[in-house]
Parts: sequence; structure tokens; C-alpha cells
Amino acid sequence: MSPRTLYDKIWDEHLVANRADGTSLIYIDRHLVHEVTSPQAFEGLVLAGRALRRPANILSVADHNVPTVDREKGIADETCRLQVEALEANVKAHGVPYIPLLDDRQGIVHVVGPEQGFTLPGTTVVCGDSHTSTHGAFGALAFGIGTSEVEHVMATQTLPQRRSKNLRVRFEGDLPEWTGAKDMALRLIGQIGTAGGTGCVMEYTGPAVRALTMEGRMTLCNMSIEGGARAGLVAPDDTTFAYVADRPLAPKGELWDAAVAHWRTLASDPGAAFDQEVVVDLRGMAPQVTWGTSPQWVTDITGRVPDPAQARNAEEREAILRALDYMGLEPGTPMEAIPIQAVFIGSCTNGRIEDLREAALVARGRKVASGVRALVVPGSGLVKRQAEAEGLDRVFLEAGFEWRQPGCSMCLGMNEDRLAAGVRCASTSNRNFEGRQGRGSRTHLVSPGMAAAAAVAGHFTDVRRMEVPR
Amino acid sequence: MKAFTTLTGIAAPLLRANVDTDLIIPKQFLTTLVRSGLGRHLFHEIRYSPEGRELPDFLLNREPYRQATILLSGPNFGCGSSREHAPWALLDFGIRCVVAPSFADIFFNNCFANGILPVVLPAEQIAQLAEAEGPLTVDLPAQTISGGGRSFRFEIEPARKTTLLEGLDEIKRSEANLADIEAYETRRRAEAPWLAVSGR
Ligand code: SF4
Repeated sequence: MSPRTLYDKIWDEHLVANRADGTSLIYIDRHLVHEVTSPQAFEGLVLAGRALRRPANILSVADHNVPTVDREKGIADETCRLQVEALEANVKAHGVPYIPLLDDRQGIVHVVGPEQGFTLPGTTVVCGDSHTSTHGAFGALAFGIGTSEVEHVMATQTLPQRRSKNLRVRFEGDLPEWTGAKDMALRLIGQIGTAGGTGCVMEYTGPAVRALTMEGRMTLCNMSIEGGARAGLVAPDDTTFAYVADRPLAPKGELWDAAVAHWRTLASDPGAAFDQEVVVDLRGMAPQVTWGTSPQWVTDITGRVPDPAQARNAEEREAILRALDYMGLEPGTPMEAIPIQAVFIGSCTNGRIEDLREAALVARGRKVASGVRALVVPGSGLVKRQAEAEGLDRVFLEAGFEWRQPGCSMCLGMNEDRLAAGVRCASTSNRNFEGRQGRGSRTHLVSPGMAAAAAVAGHFTDVRRMEVPR
Repeated sequence: MKAFTTLTGIAAPLLRANVDTDLIIPKQFLTTLVRSGLGRHLFHEIRYSPEGRELPDFLLNREPYRQATILLSGPNFGCGSSREHAPWALLDFGIRCVVAPSFADIFFNNCFANGILPVVLPAEQIAQLAEAEGPLTVDLPAQTISGGGRSFRFEIEPARKTTLLEGLDEIKRSEANLADIEAYETRRRAEAPWLAVSGR
């Protein structure tokens, strides 16, 4: 057999049938379900009189619109409450495994899946959510789907697919001090643009990727979709196996040994052909900060807000002008001179324990600047519990951060964690689109360390210059 | 799903790049439990003032674009989230065809599931269509879009074309492969027994 990429191998293993019309039917091993994109799918199944083919292969949890304070008192917002209740009624009626809202394991679906050992190397993972790409960190082919496809998977455990192109992203050099997976992702997107990976599955390679922890790999793969790719992949290795081992839903004993033996074969073969390749040089990289309303509009913390006069063409100039107008920024302003009023540390990009540790390192013994509201929202109840066991909650609370219950929260502001118009936020989430965190709000994407640094400084600041033990 | 063959209607030119799904339908409308009724919230943040009044400058608040059934836009249309609420909102407003130089993958798929035709054309051709007087006609069987004396041909994958022309139920199509699915499951249970979700 000719050399194959990791993507090719997973594809081949999941091929159910090649159909006459040129599409392929692909088997789906794991399906994550949340409250926002599933009600119409359940309804569609019922209307058509269809049953769920493999309810045990689903893991469901409410995360997008759940409150992150006083959850015990119930959900105040009526439409949010009705949506969570609809999920609970649906999973009960169809026998789908569900993690209740007040359970310690509840959290953002992309934090919970890996945490529970539901996400395994070599599997196909889907969810009605674009950041399903997160699970690619395990060497799983994981991608977001629409509600009609959610219904399709529930009914058939398959999806009609077209083969994606193979794109290799080669990170060269090691990560400089105080930079991490978030900076790698932003740097890559800045280089290729938000449509750079369209039609592709990106495999991340290079020594810096190998050196990343699973948390870091998840951060990197999480933002594959922001680069336009359908999915991101990191070949599984000992780091992966050590993370998955002994998780509640992971295989045990002999099954585990057999699984690992197979997973070790899941790497792109030497000489495997990639349709495209991108090289990202990490040497000398500074912490990254976005300045615009698209993740591709990113620069070094030591950089400046760009000058539209330097745009490559009229279209780009106009787009930059609109972004600067929305963001309330003047061309040429040093990034470090931009004041902020809000900080959000959390999301499926940066709401895991390592992210909170990184932020806490910076926050320890310091105070949130006056006039800044700073939220820390753990990605799951288990992350929250772990952080509390390490005393991180005390560090944040003493510094003046709010310590919240897990959920998507201000990443998209479906619950009440929303920013007012004009408020500028240093956010560890993944999207800085217009209105993402609330109508008229201004989002700058950064790493957890940079977000905490901005919180205490009151403006963006270079975390490398702060006196922080690392 | 409603079949799509030909369509003649008003085309609204929203010629900006990266029209994302948050812009198409913002999060506060995602708590709905049904597919219908989202049309009045389409492009909410740029269509209404914070008090909820129509912004007179916005395209879809002006005639004849209130009646638009075709949307012309810039590259990377539909980027961002997987929310099918985006095509639902477009459809409920009356849009059956979106023309752009490129689309984000998930949005592109979601269109076909809802009988919306996403047409890929070069930006220059879209600019010409935007300047055309009167309605445009989209002819899916002939794979052309024309109006104001211009006509452009577009490409579409045969399987996608059939899906739209016949208004096919994709689930029913996959159910036709039931024997393949069962055979696959039997084989995988033997080859990769660790895949059964264990521990609960
Ligand atoms: S944290 Fe944000 S990006 Fe992640 S699933 Fe929730 S809303 Fe989506």
C-alpha cells in the first residue's frame, strides 16, 4: 500500500461505502450533543418516526446557555431554561447518556469529551458545534456539523462525506518563553487567513507540537476551524495515551493494550503525500494579540495596530477600516497602549486546568486593575474542582477576579455573561467577530497568561516583562 | 426538503468578505426549539438599532431588497459556527440562493440540507451581477446565473445538484446503505473491540 497520511488512515478505517454519486458514507464513532443545536434534530427524528441507531455512542451535556453563577437556583432566562429542559426531555425519551447540570462532570462539551475518555485516538467524532475540531488533538477525525447532520448521525451513525485535502502544518523551532499553543494557532491563522484551510484537514507537526501537552494540543486543534479547516489532527503518542489512560469511558485492561497497539500505527507514513504544506516559524515569536474582528487580524504584543494605507488592495483597506472603526482603534497605536475593561478566561480553547494555572501564575499576589471586570470560567466542573484543590480559586478571588461555574459563558454570551457595547475585552476564547461577546463589544484574542496580564495592568501588556516565576 | 430548480428574483448585494454566522444570526436567537421564524432576526445587529428599530441604510431594509431571494456576497461566506440557524434564517427571510467567491465548509453543507443553493463565482462576476438592473435568474439544471444581459456558468458537484433538484432526503439515502452499515459494525466490533463505549 502506498504511504498514507493520518487523515487517510482514519478515513479508510471508517469507510462504510463508496456511493455511485461520488460521495462516501463514513461511520461515526462518537457523537457529542448539546442543548443549542439538537432540539430540531430530535424533533425531526420523531416526526419521521426514526429511532436513534446507537444512543450509547452519544454523550450529551448542556453548556452554551447555562448560568455560571447560582446555578443551584435554576436558570432564570426562560428561553435558555426551556432549551435545557428540552435537551433533558429528549435524552430521557431516547435513552441518551447525559451529564446533568449540577453534576461535577458537567462542562463545555469539548472539555468534557476528552476528560471522560469519550474521545479516543483514531475515532470519528462529531458534534453540532464547529469547535469539535478540538478533539483532533487525540488523533481523532473530529469536525462540526449542522443540525440536519446531527439528525443524520442519530438515525444512521454515518454521514455522507467528500474527502478533504491533506494540509500539513509544520511548526519550526521551539516555543519561546511565555508563548504557547494559543500563540501557535493565532500565528498560523494570521499567516494563512481564516479561509486558508478551507476544504482541508490540517495535520500539525514539528517538535513544538510534540512537546505540547494534551491541553495545548487541544487549544491548537480547537482553532483549526478559525483557519477554515474542517478538522485539525495531531498524531497520537505517549503523551496522548498517558492522558487517556484510566479515564472513565476509556478502554481498560486487554482492550486498552490492543487499542494502544493500534493507535501507535496512526501516524502519517514517511513519504505520504500532502496536497498542501504550510511552514510556521516559531523562532522569536512574541505573545500574539488580535486587533480586528477576525482571528487572522493578529500581531505581536510588541506590534502596532496596522495602517489601512498599507493594505494590499482596496477591498482589504475597506475591511480593515471597518474593523478599526468597530474596534475603536487608531492606526499605529502600540498594542500595549490599548486599555481594556473586561477579561474573560475560559472557553473550549483555554478553559482547562493548565490554562487556569498559567493565568494564576500571573494573577498571584497582584490585583485586577480598577475599572476592569475579570471573569474566570473553568471549562468543566472537574477543572473547577482541580483548580480549587490547587488553591487557584483563592489566587483569582484575592486578585479580584470572579470565579464562576463551568460553561461557555462569555465566549459567546448566550447566557447573561455578556459585554455591553464599546467594552473592550482580553479574551482567551477563539472568535473576535463583531458582536461575539455582546452587541458592540470588542474582543481581542490572547493566551491565558496574556489575559491575566492585561487584567492586572488594565491594558495589553507583554507578559514576558512581568516578574512571574515560570 | 424543498427542491430547487430555477429561481428568478431580486439579488441583494452584501459585498463584504467573511460574513460570519454570528452576523447572519446572533446568539440570542439560538435558543429556539424550531427551525422557523428566524427570518426577522437575519443580520439582526446590522439591520436593527439597539432599540429594535430598522436601520434605514441597511440593504435588506430597503426596497426592492426586502423581497430579495438571492444574496450576493464576498469570500468565505458563512464562516464561524456550525449553527444551522444561519441557513434557516436566510431561508425564512426568503433567500434561496447565496452567491459568493467561496464558502466556509460547514455552512456550505448546511445550505444543501435546507434547499438553499450556494453558488461559487469569481468576485468580478459577482460585482457585475450586483450592477445588473432588475432580477437575476438562477438556472440549476443549466448551471447558469444571469440578469441584465449577463450570464455566467457555475460549477456544482453532480451529487449536490441531484440532491437539490430532487429535494432528496439525505437520511433516507443513507438508510439505503443499511446492509453496508450493519456489515461495517460487525467487522469493527471484531477488529476494534475497544470502541464500544465502556465504563457506564
Ligand atoms: S466555549 Fe465558545 S467556542 Fe467553545 S463550544 Fe462554547 S461557545 Fe463554542
